[in-house]
Amino acid sequence: MADLKMADAATKPATATGASPVLAVQDLQAWYGESHILHGINFNVNAGEVVTLLGRNGAGKTTTLKSVMGIIGKRTGSVRFDGQEIIRASSDKIARMGVAFCPEERGIFASLDVRENLLLPPIVRPGGLSLEQIFDLFPNLKERLDSQGTKLSGGEQQMLAIARILRTGARFLMLDEPTEGLAPVIIQQIGHTIARLKKEGFTILLVEQNFRFAATVADRYYIVEHGKVIDGFANADLQANMDKLHTYLGV
Amino acid sequence: MQALYAQLLVGLINGSFYALLSLGLAVIFGMLNIINFAHGAVYMMGAFVAYFLLNVAGIGYWPALIIAPIVVGIFGMILERTMLQWLAGLDHLYGLLLTFGLALIIQGVFQNYFGSSGLPYSIPDELKGGMNLGFMYLPIYRGWVVIFSLIVCIGTWYLIERTRLGAYLRAATENPTLVRAFGINVPRMITLTYGLGVGLAALAGVLSAPINQVRPLMGENVIIVVFAVVVIGGMGSIMGSIITGFALGVIEGLTKYFYPEASNTVVFVLMVLVLLVKPTGLTGRAA
Repeated sequence: MADLKMADAATKPATATGASPVLAVQDLQAWYGESHILHGINFNVNAGEVVTLLGRNGAGKTTTLKSVMGIIGKRTGSVRFDGQEIIRASSDKIARMGVAFCPEERGIFASLDVRENLLLPPIVRPGGLSLEQIFDLFPNLKERLDSQGTKLSGGEQQMLAIARILRTGARFLMLDEPTEGLAPVIIQQIGHTIARLKKEGFTILLVEQNFRFAATVADRYYIVEHGKVIDGFANADLQANMDKLHTYLGV
Repeated sequence: MQALYAQLLVGLINGSFYALLSLGLAVIFGMLNIINFAHGAVYMMGAFVAYFLLNVAGIGYWPALIIAPIVVGIFGMILERTMLQWLAGLDHLYGLLLTFGLALIIQGVFQNYFGSSGLPYSIPDELKGGMNLGFMYLPIYRGWVVIFSLIVCIGTWYLIERTRLGAYLRAATENPTLVRAFGINVPRMITLTYGLGVGLAALAGVLSAPINQVRPLMGENVIIVVFAVVVIGGMGSIMGSIITGFALGVIEGLTKYFYPEASNTVVFVLMVLVLLVKPTGLTGRAA
């Protein structure tokens, strides 16, 4: 019961703003085969926000992103994107509505070169970044266009994975641990990129273990534990919530 | 020497069929992860559709070259939609059993109506006759089969390795879930891929009709060799299956000249040798 109350409290500040959220997730449950992973996820993301899901390993953050994307086979509850219910939609339909996903393992294709990887996701609506703008953000990629996708360094692969979803015109990006395993310099570069995307009006749902990194880009946080959202607060209240946060994350 | 060249030509012709068939198998295996044992049956269906077109509707060889692969391709896509798609994610064995069963049923139905003997299908007028090349006599139809097969094989390779559609295909072979999450209708792509693979087999069937006649069991003998080709070339490699197809045809032809007793087994001896040295095949990627 206590959990439920906190989850309600977490969604309140978002709904109180009046404008309807870009993404509204209510009582989302999801299963991998027989195992029940998400037990009722509730959160909202408003237009232009960067929202971060925090939580320990195995809490259900990645599963939440995959459920929104429609990749998880069995899911119940409600996921509304731009006011439309997408809980039963297939992932290609969800992508066509303007949701883009950058997976934790990056998903760079070995049998495609960098150019093919970059051009792979189809344009789903007008307004995506041009190749020029993308090379402006990630100059490294321009020099490696003819390399095999998986020959890039980890950082370059991450940039490629983000770059290719910026072309599509999707305005809602889900990034799963974009800093995992990367050098501090690259993490900084990715932080700048996210800040710039936010300034250009992208809405971003981020999953991060690296809470220090998240603090530099996020507007709001939700804490995920055992497949539920147990708490949420704005970036302004971060310091006040520091003790709680340390308990949640075990750091 | 005349006999050597003649065998070489026979080898190239057989190689053309091997290449077209193993190419289709490789494309299907890459995308559906299914070893399509019905491939010999659809090859036979291609020849029969050409036969029906000619004898029932009076439609000749040239239109049949286009119509038969489309008709058989559609038949294949119906099989994929109604049966094969449910096998996604299951062990290879299920796909093998289902397609093998389908092959037996299809061949059985045709055998029931047409027996086992061959039905004649004549060479189109434009390709009758031959050319004296000086060192050998080349029947024009046979030269046409080799060149046309080569063009189709290279065209398919280009489609898969060099175009945007091919990039979708290669990416979906690696990670279909992610490709779908980019907004591409992967299930429809899988259906079309199966249609393409099956269509290539049917095309080989039409090409072979004037040379080998039209028989319900015509696919049965050739498909065993084709599986050896695929194993040697490496499952899932496009160029590997094309080159191996032609090369093995030629090797088989040469063996017929130098040591005829071994001509039926040379492909399988090679298969054993390749598997001993390189279990993934000559150009195969590890699964």
